[in-house]
Amino acid sequence: MSASLAIETRNLQKAFGEKLAVRDLSLQVERGEVFGFLGPNGAGKTTSVKMLLGLIRPTQGESRLFGMPTSLPAARTRVGFLPEHFRFHDWLTAAEFLRLHAELYHIPAETMHRRIPALLELVGLEAHAGKRLRTFSKGMLQRIGLAQALLNEPELVILDEPTSGLDPVGRRLVRDIIRDLRHKGTTVFLNSHLLSEVEITCDRVAFIKHGEILRTSTLQSLVEGELTVTVRAAHLNPGVAAGLEHWSKNVRLDGEHLSLTLKGEADLPEINRYLVAQGVDVYALTPEKVSLEDLFIQIVGTDGGL
Amino acid sequence: MMTVWTVARLTIREAQRRWILWAALLLGLAFLVVYGLGFYEMQKDIQRQMGSGIMARVGALEFHSFYGLAGLYVVNFLASIMAVLTSVDTIAGEISSGTVHTLVSKPVQRREIVIGKWLGFAFMLTLYLLLMAGGTVGIGYIIAGFLAPNVLRGLLLMWLNVLLLLSVSLAGGSVLSTLANGVLVFGLYGVAFIGGWVEQIGSFLDNATAVRIGIVCSLIIPSDALWRRAAFEMQSALEGVIGGSPFATNSVPSPFMVGYAVLYTAVAVALAVQLFRKRDL
Repeated sequence: MSASLAIETRNLQKAFGEKLAVRDLSLQVERGEVFGFLGPNGAGKTTSVKMLLGLIRPTQGESRLFGMPTSLPAARTRVGFLPEHFRFHDWLTAAEFLRLHAELYHIPAETMHRRIPALLELVGLEAHAGKRLRTFSKGMLQRIGLAQALLNEPELVILDEPTSGLDPVGRRLVRDIIRDLRHKGTTVFLNSHLLSEVEITCDRVAFIKHGEILRTSTLQSLVEGELTVTVRAAHLNPGVAAGLEHWSKNVRLDGEHLSLTLKGEADLPEINRYLVAQGVDVYALTPEKVSLEDLFIQIVGTDGGL
Repeated sequence: MMTVWTVARLTIREAQRRWILWAALLLGLAFLVVYGLGFYEMQKDIQRQMGSGIMARVGALEFHSFYGLAGLYVVNFLASIMAVLTSVDTIAGEISSGTVHTLVSKPVQRREIVIGKWLGFAFMLTLYLLLMAGGTVGIGYIIAGFLAPNVLRGLLLMWLNVLLLLSVSLAGGSVLSTLANGVLVFGLYGVAFIGGWVEQIGSFLDNATAVRIGIVCSLIIPSDALWRRAAFEMQSALEGVIGGSPFATNSVPSPFMVGYAVLYTAVAVALAVQLFRKRDL
């Protein structure tokens, strides 16, 4: 196993009694990558994350963070974690909460006194430092949770569903923080089923279902490839549509609308010339990239992993 | 080590913030006021009605001993309840609410969390016991100049009982839900409690089987045995001979039982650490 990888797991498995929550997880996340972990609810995402953090013991396989076995507490020294649901000791004030977790990270007192106000400012809670977490809204809990995950200036940040149930402002904050982390070269592991988030932030994604990785790919190659082209035109007929099969295997004609999928943009001008030459009046020719959502459904299936 | 200290302070702060500490101290003070007023009033009667002869002196001493042990009996009971109630939810509750995830995902050993919690509660319970038992003993001394024999040894045994129950409650909380843990610890406490009475009455009636049943109960959990040893240490010489008081002890748990209780506590702490270490969170 390599120490140059931020996360590495080999044949990781977790069974809860009879049920296999994670079947066979082999994963490699490079340093500095923003990695999206995608899958329907109940696919084993949170169980996987918990195994990475030593919260759950795998029944089989091994996992390492920066080359160190995750069973060792030291493996978590450079790791920040935001758990899902943001459940914290709510009788602490925001500042006390950060101080507590700074102590658990063994951060020296001077550093702590410098860093805590800076983090409170980063997440926009400086005015609420003295308030108990009990009085916080879900969005505020998410912010203080994020600050907590950044206390140790981590090299790896693991976010478990960091934006689910949040308003657009909260989602934007997470996105901005991930962008900043990427600039600093921090590795981010984002566990999410909110595809739009992943689409915006991630370099690479893995699709997981039934505790198994179905496909791992860079986001670019995932969504760059295929295009869906829709054409709105008059004087379309089946003959014209059949002629288009020269470029695409997937042509559908529906009255004034025509759709086809292409491997890339290169053929678009030629298709346009062909249509015009056939006497078709083209009003619109719109190429669209396949969305991550389409891909998700394609890869994971519509049963949602049930 | 740093983490143990951090968690211990967190535990104490939680008890403060949730008013557990203050409620316990306030009601503890109320207990002492009632106890003290009662002592004062009865002491007045004793002084009025009794002369200064030797029988009167013996009578007064018996009353002081009886009343003093009754006070400590209630303190022992309250401290036992306090040991269980305060700690029964500390691990199970953090697991079920999910607050444990942010703690355990730090570069800390899980045993540091258990030990830290144990120390935090042990500190608060010691303080509570010092206030309550110290207050009870102090009131007797101030009002009547009465001091039970071996009072320090008695208080140490009561202290051990509190630590024992705390340790069992932490061990239970590492695997069980809060409610199940409460049922377990109070259930065990109840077994020891009735076992103690069975042993007492059996001993009074010279029924060896009943005594043996009592001893087995003490082996299941030696909490009541510790109290009976403490009461034995602190009873007056005369009470020991004539018996009859509900706090007088006929069948005295041996020093081996005390040693067993120390071992029992140590094993419970080790079990709490081990169970929490293995637990999927």
